[in-house]
Amino acid sequence: MTDLNTSPVPSSVTSVHATDAARQRLNKRKAANKRFRLYGMAGVVIAIAALVMLLSTLVVQGYSAFYTHTMELTITLEQDVLDRNNTQDPEILARANYRKLVKNEVYSLFDDVTSRRDKRAVSALISNGAIDALREAVLDDPTIIGSTITITAPVSDDIDMLLKGHIDRNVEEQLRRVSDRQIAWTDSLVERGIIKRAFNTYFFTQGDSREPELAGIWGAVKGSFYTMVVTLLISFPVAVGAAVYLEEFAAKNRFTALVEVNINNLAAVPSIVFGLLGLAIFLNFFEMSRSAPLVGGMVLALMTVPTIIIAARAALKAVPPSIREAALGVGASPMQAVFQHVLPLAMPGILTGTILGLAQALGETAPLLMIGMVAFIVDIPGGITDPASALPVQIYLWADSPERAFVEKTSGAIIVLLVFLITMNAAATILRKRLERRW
Amino acid sequence: MKLKAIALGALSMVTVATASTGAVARDQIQIVGSSTVFPFATAVAEQFGKTTKFKTPVVESTGSGGGLKLFCAGVGTQHPDITNASRRIKKKEVALCAKNGVTDITEVLVGYDGIVMANAINGPVFNLTKKDIFLALAKEVPVGGGIALKENPYTMWNEINPDLPAVKIEVLGPPPTSGTRDAFSELALEGGAKKFPFLKALRKENKKKFKQIAHSVREDGVYEEAGENDNLIVKKLADRPTALGVFGFSFLDQNADAIKGATIGGVAPTFDNIAAGDYGVSRSLFFYVKKAHVNTVPGIKEYLAEFTSENAFGEDGYLSEKGLIPSPAEVREQVRSDANSLATFDAAVLN
Repeated sequence: MTDLNTSPVPSSVTSVHATDAARQRLNKRKAANKRFRLYGMAGVVIAIAALVMLLSTLVVQGYSAFYTHTMELTITLEQDVLDRNNTQDPEILARANYRKLVKNEVYSLFDDVTSRRDKRAVSALISNGAIDALREAVLDDPTIIGSTITITAPVSDDIDMLLKGHIDRNVEEQLRRVSDRQIAWTDSLVERGIIKRAFNTYFFTQGDSREPELAGIWGAVKGSFYTMVVTLLISFPVAVGAAVYLEEFAAKNRFTALVEVNINNLAAVPSIVFGLLGLAIFLNFFEMSRSAPLVGGMVLALMTVPTIIIAARAALKAVPPSIREAALGVGASPMQAVFQHVLPLAMPGILTGTILGLAQALGETAPLLMIGMVAFIVDIPGGITDPASALPVQIYLWADSPERAFVEKTSGAIIVLLVFLITMNAAATILRKRLERRW
Repeated sequence: MKLKAIALGALSMVTVATASTGAVARDQIQIVGSSTVFPFATAVAEQFGKTTKFKTPVVESTGSGGGLKLFCAGVGTQHPDITNASRRIKKKEVALCAKNGVTDITEVLVGYDGIVMANAINGPVFNLTKKDIFLALAKEVPVGGGIALKENPYTMWNEINPDLPAVKIEVLGPPPTSGTRDAFSELALEGGAKKFPFLKALRKENKKKFKQIAHSVREDGVYEEAGENDNLIVKKLADRPTALGVFGFSFLDQNADAIKGATIGGVAPTFDNIAAGDYGVSRSLFFYVKKAHVNTVPGIKEYLAEFTSENAFGEDGYLSEKGLIPSPAEVREQVRSDANSLATFDAAVLN
């Protein structure tokens, strides 16, 4: 073989590569290579274009959900209207006629409102939120009855849509939800500085509502939070325990092979199946309550466990055997070797897998449908057994609502959900980058 | 022993949680049922939560059939208290309820809902009849006066009826699982099928076969399944001016600047026409209350009082703002007194 290295290249070889046929073949291969790169680039460009389109439509449609228009009203809390006999009984105060006070104040803003029809049209400018704000103020401190207070309340959803430009002023009057006079009144209030543009605090602090201007995502965010806490508390220990056992202790035999196949299959089971399982076991058999984040978290934990097991096993496998052997060599028991040496080194990988599993669980609605978390829930949940919905559920419910103002709310809620998901995925990436060790 | 401790901890947490939720009585009304009644029930629930000392009821949208199934599953706090329905309860559902111990229920008539066919505001005007709708959408139709059923051959509206616009038949409507589709099939498609004497005769002798013919919608892409209460349909209609959408009246009401309703049998789908019963494709909306829960779950009576108050389901109530078509005053009076006295529903009125 040595003479092959030392002997000069025979002239026949050069000529073989120099023929026209050979050049054509070479060009063909180069062209194929170039084409392949182009296909790859085209794929990336299409993916980026789709992402940009999705995000830009969301932002264009959804950013207006983050601000709103509010109206400032100065209202005298008349004793006669609210609590004639001065009982200060919360039940009477809760049902008192705040509507009348709000309406009278709105009428008084205009000189030309006299007929019943006008009055109805003008009271449609302000949201029922004004009534709620009054009620809340009075229930907080019944002694303020009789005094004059200033409240800030959102305008009604139709007026908000008008001011945001989602209602076209140029179409025929009877086809609009807002009449010409209402537009004139609104414009005058804007001019007089009574209607102002403001940050939409309702959107971030309230639960669901049938009035789009009062609807918020806080209830759903908290519901998602409680659900995720339950999911994490159940799935993490169970999955890590299972992974450690399977990877470090279990004998490699038919039975563990079967378990392994089943875990991999379980990770691919459609999520609605877990919902049905939850319905059958947790609700029907254990008779737990519907709509509770506890049950939702348990169902999602079932779904997340296989994902974490797979990630954790991969992380454990990546720890070099020398670490184990060194620990065992200086006299550590197998359990000490695993818990004091292998597991800490595998933890970054396990945590990454856990975060990704939770992010997936955060975006699920299908399993929650079966256990009653896809529901209209106003009260903000205070614990894992209170009825609650979740962020994706809220998006689904709003997308299904007839009022136009819910369109921007839907996109707004999607933006919030995406922010959470991006944060979680970024955390997973950072964690991996910073803590991961290469051997 | 760490592993064991973790596993034990998780297990005990689950069991403790199970025990605690299973045992505690519920202090919040649970409502399930129809997606059509959902917008109204939620509005009442919210108002109820704000103005009384009770918690806001939880309302789920499960569909009429799914709701009644959950409702009839038994008595006890793990079962819902109220179910909404966009149709009346069926005999076999009453039987299912009775089998599971749910014997005393109260029926409340919420009001009416119209099912409309609408297209973009700048599109052609449709003046349809139920017969046109049947011929346009049924899978098999009689062609050319014969009594043989053939695969639906029509592609243009004016092939069905020369008075209709010469545009392609395209209809976006609800999937078979929805109550809106049930009602649409029953009222519009069956109504159209009955216009053919031989089909009408068939209905008398073999109701099942008739229903199968009337309810089978063509599957060649002319009828496109879309969500039933979906703002997406409204957007799609704006992009395709000749396409018609099928949905509940409240969507037309909310989007009157983007879409217009087709007249059916010469009657336009307006609030007044549906309330007067002139519009042919409208239905009654109900909810059912489990009487056995009235004394265990607080607030049910008060919820009924709120729902049946003039302020809510009355002529100018807040539900009419949400698109509900109220029933006549004397009917409301009767419904209110039945609801407040928790009159037991008599299954004998079902035919």
